[in-house]
Amino acid sequence: MTAHAHAHAHPVKRYRGLMDWLTTVDHKKIGILYLIAGALFFLVGGLEAVLIRIQLIKPMNNFVGADTFNELLTMHGTTMIFLAAMPMLFAMMNAVIPLQIGARDVAFPFLNALGFWTFFFGGLLLNISWFAGNVPDAGWTSYVPLAGPTYNAGHGVDYYVLGLQIAGIGTLLGGINFMATIINMRAPGMSFMRMPMFTWAIFITSALIVFAFPVLTVGLVALMFDRLFQANFFETTSGGSTVLWEHVFWVFGHPEVYILILPAFGIISEVVSTFSRKRLFGYSSMVFATILIAFLGFMVWAHHMFTTGLGPVANGLFSIATMLIAVPTGVKIFNWLFTLWGGSIKFTTAALFGIGFIPTFTMGGVTGVMLAAAPADYQYHDTYFVVAHFHYVIVGGLINGIFAGLFYWWPKMFGRTLNETLGKWFFWTFYIGFHLTFFVQHFLGLIGMPRRVWTYLPNQGFDTMNVVSTIGAFLMGIGTILLLINVVITSFKKKDAANDPWEDGRSLEWSIPSPPPEYNFKQIPLVRGYDAWWKEKMEGKKEMTPSEPVGPIHMPSPSILPFVMSVGLFIAGFGFMYDKLYLAIGGIAVTLICMLLRSVFDDHGFHISEEEQEKGVHA
Amino acid sequence: MSAHDLNGALPHEPEKATLEGRNKILGFWLFLGAETVLFGTLFSSYLALRHNIGDGPPASELFKLPTVFAATMILLTSSLMSVFAVQALHQKKVKPMIGWLVATIVLGLGFLGLEIYEFTEYIHEGHKMPTSAFSSSFYTLVGFHGAHVAFGVLWIGLLILQIMKKGLTVVTAPKIYVSAIYWHFIDVVWVFIFTVVYLMGKVG
Repeated sequence: MTAHAHAHAHPVKRYRGLMDWLTTVDHKKIGILYLIAGALFFLVGGLEAVLIRIQLIKPMNNFVGADTFNELLTMHGTTMIFLAAMPMLFAMMNAVIPLQIGARDVAFPFLNALGFWTFFFGGLLLNISWFAGNVPDAGWTSYVPLAGPTYNAGHGVDYYVLGLQIAGIGTLLGGINFMATIINMRAPGMSFMRMPMFTWAIFITSALIVFAFPVLTVGLVALMFDRLFQANFFETTSGGSTVLWEHVFWVFGHPEVYILILPAFGIISEVVSTFSRKRLFGYSSMVFATILIAFLGFMVWAHHMFTTGLGPVANGLFSIATMLIAVPTGVKIFNWLFTLWGGSIKFTTAALFGIGFIPTFTMGGVTGVMLAAAPADYQYHDTYFVVAHFHYVIVGGLINGIFAGLFYWWPKMFGRTLNETLGKWFFWTFYIGFHLTFFVQHFLGLIGMPRRVWTYLPNQGFDTMNVVSTIGAFLMGIGTILLLINVVITSFKKKDAANDPWEDGRSLEWSIPSPPPEYNFKQIPLVRGYDAWWKEKMEGKKEMTPSEPVGPIHMPSPSILPFVMSVGLFIAGFGFMYDKLYLAIGGIAVTLICMLLRSVFDDHGFHISEEEQEKGVHA
Repeated sequence: MSAHDLNGALPHEPEKATLEGRNKILGFWLFLGAETVLFGTLFSSYLALRHNIGDGPPASELFKLPTVFAATMILLTSSLMSVFAVQALHQKKVKPMIGWLVATIVLGLGFLGLEIYEFTEYIHEGHKMPTSAFSSSFYTLVGFHGAHVAFGVLWIGLLILQIMKKGLTVVTAPKIYVSAIYWHFIDVVWVFIFTVVYLMGKVG
């Protein structure tokens, strides 16, 4: 690949400042973009949550009103799932996966940028609904007929449908990209059973994305056709079926839950193993459990529909399938505990989040098994018990995992280590706040408080627990502010993080500088076992054994096309919504023309010579 | 990109000669996996709704098997042309390859023409998008397939122009190969549509 490189050095325009970020195809920068965008949406979703909790602090409150409450509820769920949690996971996938497998980039750097920008503009479209005065208000599940044209005549749900459709393209592209990357781009010697657990988790997650997101695409298309072109998928008066939407949504929606939690499992495995300074206990069983969870995740969707009336046989089967998932999940929990057992544990902030994750997530899992019992679910259904359950899984599981990963990989992403003292304050406020908010909601649900209601009558035993819950939400908010302060303070620190700042790093990302140069590895390393970097360190080596000689490195060129393509889709979205055909066609045309340009003009990329590598070309 | 290192002689199976080419082919197979789920969901929706015809005409009266059969044969033949194109690619015979590709898209256009004719007929018979749940799911499923054919025609057309300009290289070969996989995939989806929508529609 490198022998004749100099003869074909193509001059490539390299941008600086804003243009650099708009045109970048570097996975590390795209990771940072995902993190920034995801964090912004996380703050928006968090603000919505705080407003919801203020409304519910006392009975018969009139802080926001019923309509706004429905909008806040819908946007909080949709934003947190699709625009906050998934992008922050994508941030870590982008920042870490190519480094962990010893690659210079992902399989498709251009598609990677396109994926980010479509997600970003999809999310922007969804949130513009607040300014357009037409906010989606049919819940994040957007059940019909409530979300259909008859009962939701405004443009609110259109924003939901088109925003998610555009953002979904980005997610699907990401899934394909990371699957191809992990299959094709691993360094010599890195067999599948030597891959770090986070890489395994992302591999399986990507497969889930590839096979689950198209189902959502079809559901959104059907709902869009019903709303915009008078189709009858879900219009019962013309033969449509509302239960069809429930099936389609949850055939996507349940795997989506695992798309969220499996990466967190991966992060926790890395963090727990690093800070216990021990090999991950039961690595192969971890891999097997991850695959099994993903497989079973596709055949449990109807447990969201126990009260729909599918009949006792369907309910029984889905009940059992759901309970089965507790087995591989339990394998994971015990493996983490056995990894900690006898380890010499370092209680960093990342480790606190990692260790805090285990009991919290287990509680969410236990209520999950309770909910899986179909007859009991008739009692829990649509109460705060369900709200408590899925927040224990998603916040207590996924968000704890993300925070663990952020503190753990922050030095690798930015070259600066986050402040540990502030980090620990953040952990304790957030962790205590979380349990205050959601623990009481189990009991609110059990004594009968329905979810999704904007207010409630006094003297039903709900009052005190709702106050406690709201106080907890404020604590979580304060925790998040502490994190923001930490980020700001850290960004003024010197960029002095070592290659292996925790000193106990085990996988390849810790063998290269923090942040890595834009080509990641000057020489692609040779992997000689699981925990590749740890193995070398234990043999007294200071760096990985290279698998190739030093030479010029080929890089893909930056491109503005992904950004323009996403703007095209964004414009088309408005065109469809407001019946402006010229906008819809124009927007799609912009996107198609960009695809044409990309196909016609080959990207020759450019080479970084050995001399430039000596100077250290930093990302 | 080692594309330019190969002076003149193309390697064996040029579509898989570079890492970029191999990535593209693997990524495209994964994409087709996603497409399979997409069409699977469209088929399921259609199967769930196909008996709910409202005031519209029933499938058994609506569908004209001779037209659909002709369309099926045209599309299958088109897929065969694309097989010949890939064979020509492997033998590095550029001119015949272009010929087979042109035949592929001409037949593809023929299929599209028949489909448009078929849809206009249906509309005259009162089978429109808003007629019933059956009609909505029919047009969405068959229309999605038609849109895939239309995109394929444009795409392969563009690739023919590129081959004429750039020749067959390790950069253009994976593009041809991938477009052929896409074309076969569309063909397979049509076989299912022919069976599930048209034949089952005729039987009841």
